[in-house]
Amino acid sequence: MRYNDVRARGHPAYWAFVVHRVSGLLLALFLPLHFFALSQALDPAGFDRFLVWTRQPAVKASEIAVVVALAAHFAGGLRLLLVEFVGWRADLQKSLLALAAAFTVAFGLLLAFNP
Amino acid sequence: MTPARAATLRWLAQRASAAVLAVCVLVHLATILYATRQGLSGAAMLSRAHASFVWPAFYAIFVVAVAVHAPLGLRTILDEWSGLRGRAVDVLLAAFALVLLAGGLRAVAVVTL
Amino acid sequence: MIAEPTLAVRIWRGRADGAWRDYAVPRRPAQTVLDVVTHVQRHLDPTLAYRFACRVGMCGSCAMTVNGRARWTCRTHVDAVAADDRLEIAPLSHLPIVRDLVVDMTRFFDKWAQAGGAFVPTASRRDDFAVIAPDSPARREVDAAIECIGCGVCYASCDVVGWKPDYLGPAALNRAWTLQNDARDGAHDERLRAVATDAGCYACHTHQSCTERCPKQLAPTASIAGLKRLAVRAALKGAL
Repeated sequence: MRYNDVRARGHPAYWAFVVHRVSGLLLALFLPLHFFALSQALDPAGFDRFLVWTRQPAVKASEIAVVVALAAHFAGGLRLLLVEFVGWRADLQKSLLALAAAFTVAFGLLLAFNP
Repeated sequence: MTPARAATLRWLAQRASAAVLAVCVLVHLATILYATRQGLSGAAMLSRAHASFVWPAFYAIFVVAVAVHAPLGLRTILDEWSGLRGRAVDVLLAAFALVLLAGGLRAVAVVTL
Repeated sequence: MIAEPTLAVRIWRGRADGAWRDYAVPRRPAQTVLDVVTHVQRHLDPTLAYRFACRVGMCGSCAMTVNGRARWTCRTHVDAVAADDRLEIAPLSHLPIVRDLVVDMTRFFDKWAQAGGAFVPTASRRDDFAVIAPDSPARREVDAAIECIGCGVCYASCDVVGWKPDYLGPAALNRAWTLQNDARDGAHDERLRAVATDAGCYACHTHQSCTERCPKQLAPTASIAGLKRLAVRAALKGAL
């Protein structure tokens, strides 16, 4: 049998799904690292050294990616909860997608570029 | 338990933990934003985290919700995008849930207790 | 002499292990993709296999993948899809290919049955007519989803169907939803048990490709979300 390609997936609700799934996967993989890093705080001086290390550009960039992923997954998740529990309004679907996207960008930027 | 009941309870657990996480994430991000805005040092953050029982309670709930939500999400991804099936998947996900629970609660204990 | 405008048409020939073949088809005003396929079979290659029946957008038989998207070819104007005079025509996705543009719809309808897509009567002709208010909330839900003619476009458009062979699919679940909202039907409990599974409504991730592509503008996504709500209510009452 044949399968679809990207031409069949070129619409906003599908992109929202991809963002939600990829962000969820990234967060799931990130969390064990996050917990491990935090548990290093047993030693306050070591923790401070760790915080200094996190200011490296590569680490900072990853932090920004994680925060944006969190904002995206959060916004997309809220949209899903609305669609599934509150019910369907055909006229609102595109607006909900736009809202989720806007929130992701705004929230992500706010938190990511907060010095 | 019928397959329908099991699937429905899993779906419900996923959505309920999502609702809990929505609140926890907002509180957590607001807290971290506040801390970085205030320019708190590592030691200062830790001392504030130790100051009230609210922090360990809040973050423990956060960790439990994550330990429910993340493995269920991964379950769907594995089912649709990987070749893994059956018991192996359940075992893998249960292990991951334990890793999150243990690692998370340990981190909570270190930072807030 | 003005040369007749020509379409470069690529059509899938053979089965899953087949190949594309190229044809040059004269481009005409108000031409549909079905016209193009018909022209190929009548004038260029009589061995081309394809399905059609009404050719006026009522039966759904002519559904194919046109430039990557599932649609009714009789209702797809060439002008709307062949921007650069190119057309790519393939059979519907996610169903076994019988030959060329013809797919085997058996699994599609098997899943329809598995999802409890048949009405189960509770009255006989000796009973009075059932009284259903057309503007009742349940009947409005049914009316919004009842016009499905089983063309398979949604099933072909749903990527979860491609990733998860057991997934009942949007059409079957949409039909189940209409029956769950039908007060006359007597199989609500069994049907809910059949659709509230990992291979049923919970496999829907709201891609909305089905809703995007449905030629009758139905919204299977909405129906499936409704099934999720019904299942949760039943489970919390201990009835699932």
